[in-house]
Amino acid sequence: MDLKEKLVSSFLAFEEDIDVHSPVHDIRSEAIKTFETEGFPTKKQEAWKYTSLNTVLKHDYSVFPKQENSIEYKDIKKYFLHDIDTYKIIFIDGKYSSHLSQTTHDGIDVCLMSSALNKPKYKQVIETYFNKVATKDSLTALNTAFSSEGAYIHIPKNKLVDKPIQILHFSTGNEAALMLQPRNLIVADENSEVQIFERHQSLTDNPVLTNSVTEIYTAKRAIVDYYKLQNDNSNASLIDNTFVDQKEQSHCLVHTFSFGGKLTRNNLNFYQNGERIESTMKGITIIGDKQHVDHNTLVHHIEPNCESHQDYKGIFGDSATGVFNGKIVVEKLAQKTNAFQSNNNILLSDKASINTKPQLEIFADDVKCSHGCTIGQLDESAMFYMRSRGIPKKEAKALLMYAFSNNVLSSVRIPEIKTRITKIIANKLGVNIGFDL
Amino acid sequence: MSKYTEDDLREELKTKEYEYGFYTDIESDTFPIGLNEDVVRAISLKKEEPEWMTEWRLEAFRAWEKMVEPEWANVHYEKPDFQAISYYSAPNSKPKYDSIDEVDPELLATFAKLGISLDEQKKLAGVAMDVVVDSVSVATTFKKTLGEKGIIFCSISEAIREHPELVKKYLGTIVPQKDNFYAALNSAVFSDGSFCYIPKGVRCPMELSTYFRINQAGTGQFERTLVIADEGSYVSYLEGCTAPSRDENQLHAAVVELIALDDAEIKYSTVQNWFPGSAEGKGGVYNFVTKRGLCEKNAKISWTQVETGSAVTWKYPSCVLKGDNSVGEFYSIAVTNNYQQADTGTKMIHLGKNTKSTIISKGISAGKSQNSYRGLVQISPRAENARNFSQCDSLLMGNECGAHTFPYIEVKNKSAQIEHEATTSKIGEDQIFYCNQRGIDTEKAIALIVNGFSKEVLNKLPMEFAVEAQKLLEISLEGSVG
Repeated sequence: MDLKEKLVSSFLAFEEDIDVHSPVHDIRSEAIKTFETEGFPTKKQEAWKYTSLNTVLKHDYSVFPKQENSIEYKDIKKYFLHDIDTYKIIFIDGKYSSHLSQTTHDGIDVCLMSSALNKPKYKQVIETYFNKVATKDSLTALNTAFSSEGAYIHIPKNKLVDKPIQILHFSTGNEAALMLQPRNLIVADENSEVQIFERHQSLTDNPVLTNSVTEIYTAKRAIVDYYKLQNDNSNASLIDNTFVDQKEQSHCLVHTFSFGGKLTRNNLNFYQNGERIESTMKGITIIGDKQHVDHNTLVHHIEPNCESHQDYKGIFGDSATGVFNGKIVVEKLAQKTNAFQSNNNILLSDKASINTKPQLEIFADDVKCSHGCTIGQLDESAMFYMRSRGIPKKEAKALLMYAFSNNVLSSVRIPEIKTRITKIIANKLGVNIGFDL
Repeated sequence: MSKYTEDDLREELKTKEYEYGFYTDIESDTFPIGLNEDVVRAISLKKEEPEWMTEWRLEAFRAWEKMVEPEWANVHYEKPDFQAISYYSAPNSKPKYDSIDEVDPELLATFAKLGISLDEQKKLAGVAMDVVVDSVSVATTFKKTLGEKGIIFCSISEAIREHPELVKKYLGTIVPQKDNFYAALNSAVFSDGSFCYIPKGVRCPMELSTYFRINQAGTGQFERTLVIADEGSYVSYLEGCTAPSRDENQLHAAVVELIALDDAEIKYSTVQNWFPGSAEGKGGVYNFVTKRGLCEKNAKISWTQVETGSAVTWKYPSCVLKGDNSVGEFYSIAVTNNYQQADTGTKMIHLGKNTKSTIISKGISAGKSQNSYRGLVQISPRAENARNFSQCDSLLMGNECGAHTFPYIEVKNKSAQIEHEATTSKIGEDQIFYCNQRGIDTEKAIALIVNGFSKEVLNKLPMEFAVEAQKLLEISLEGSVG
């Protein structure tokens, strides 16, 4: 039985555990039908031209983990942003771990999707926001069908969240192969601000496939600052679908750091429904082996006077493959739009490859839109300069690559994340430099 | 100071009509509509083709029958009914001319209207021409002069009869019969086109040129061009097209194959001005063209195109850079107005070492038109030190048009250096203001800016064509080019 059939049939089992009379369930049933007709995307689809899911889908994933697993905090401490105080929402094999988490209902809601879906007091929020901005493509629909658990964050009007929120997903490897489908909903009301850090980590080499969907709603003047760290081990694959619905004058930033995993696909979609909105999406990708990272971004400029910035840097070694597929759509009404997109790549090995497709679709005339894309190598003369001053080859190379990706790091607003990423980069490049000289 | 603004320009653009939209009543020999194996055989018979050629066509036809029309391009149009087109139409006068004087006077008048009086061309420009009306080549000039240098320049049907060894060797090598839907259709039914062979080490002394015109109603034009530049030779080839104004859509599906052997250079320039449809978007030519060139060692192919016509354009002149140190270039201006749609660009396939390619694409959209650039730069694992520079700029005039960019970049070699940049803008008020301030009125200022915007490409055209291209830009964007 292939994975698609298995998922469709396990939906019936899933229905036994949930309230089938809730309005959310109608959405779920609709979604599983969509998935059933469309199936998993193939390379024949334009959006998946360069990314094949075949190797990922061949495992026999268990869709519902059989038992609850627990892990000791000391074993996983290193995956946390442990040097600062944070709210934490921790999932182990898809199940919420209360003893590791720190949630709150004090002024803000940092809690679970499962309770938001089931408790009447959240009914209105769920009705207004759940599955509204998420598209109906097959993978998102699949997640929608099985949506039951994830993070639920609601920041009310004029509230500044006092500390960052961490969303961490661990897989223990107790199952031979595991498929996870977390579903997150983040609603930031007017004038609010929140910082979120998300990470997926598997603790053993057993294959894990995560198909995650996050919906973010930023109301007027709200700021959402989102960091995704992808540094999983080589059998873990991640398909991340993030949808952002922005209202006027809001600002949403998404930073994606992809350093690991077997296959990583980031679908990042921004919809600007208001004036003077700013959207920022940045990413650093440093991979090797046979890893594959695919960034698929969309910014939809619907109203006038908005801005979007995209900056993606990639360094590809060994037989790694990188894909960048960025799309900017500017509607007829969206005059005075400023949209920038840049994608720079370095190939370190002859077996590595990069496919990039930066697209512009523009229907308004008074706009400034540009995209740039480069593929090249490290500058020989810069290398020579450093080596002639006594910096060893490896370090010189690392310094150049760090400088190459530094643009992206400069807009990171949480210093601890910056330090953490810097360390990972140093580690990745095999050097022991602090970089923050 | 004149109050000429962009709005006025837009207004003018809306009302400007197609100047080449006349129809010449030349008696012609036209096949009944429809397409089947018999029609393919009949075309082949009509052209007095040898057996292998008929077979070649049939093979293509059989493949075509199994293919479906591509949908991926960013254009929307009513699919042509392939059974409602006549696949062969020839002006009825004697098919062969030794000199211009024998040409049907009405046909000559047509050319005069086109502004390409053959006589004049002959005297002034020194351009050798092959003129294809509807489906048949009607005049090839300067044949003798070229013959002295060993250059073969004739219609493709003549080449099939007289130089079968060359045609057999190269036809379909770079655009195979089954390459795509329209190439397959063309391979099956192409009725004429130009053939050109430049022998080893010869530098062609003059520009070679083909002029295409669809005259008859309800016909499709399917021409096939094959240019072979042997080792160390050079040729500059020009191509121009027009069609009468008609309410129905006409189909033009051409295939152009260029072969540049070691150290050869081919410069291929196109000024495409098929009927773009009326201001309401009625009629116009569907221009679905496959153009591709093959570069051997140290060879160079340069495509230059000025696209102002056609209701729907679907065209990607490409270079396969097979040999080491070969060079591919693509310079394009695509102007769309009213309801025109263009999806055009290029493919640069880098296979050899130290290959270089340059892509400069300028899109100007006005009215309700949609203009897309779609390009592919592919660096294969063996293409060491490949270098590509791409630049795609779009200029939008009015807020009802669209400009789109779809670049594909696929790199499999670490030593490759690729740069791609694209910008979209309109004519800035500050730019106009700057000119006004210095005593240049708005109309001239717009002309200046549009001209400057397209200069990089216009400069690449041969002299004779540059003038014409300028004129065409003027027609398409009346009032903006000085």
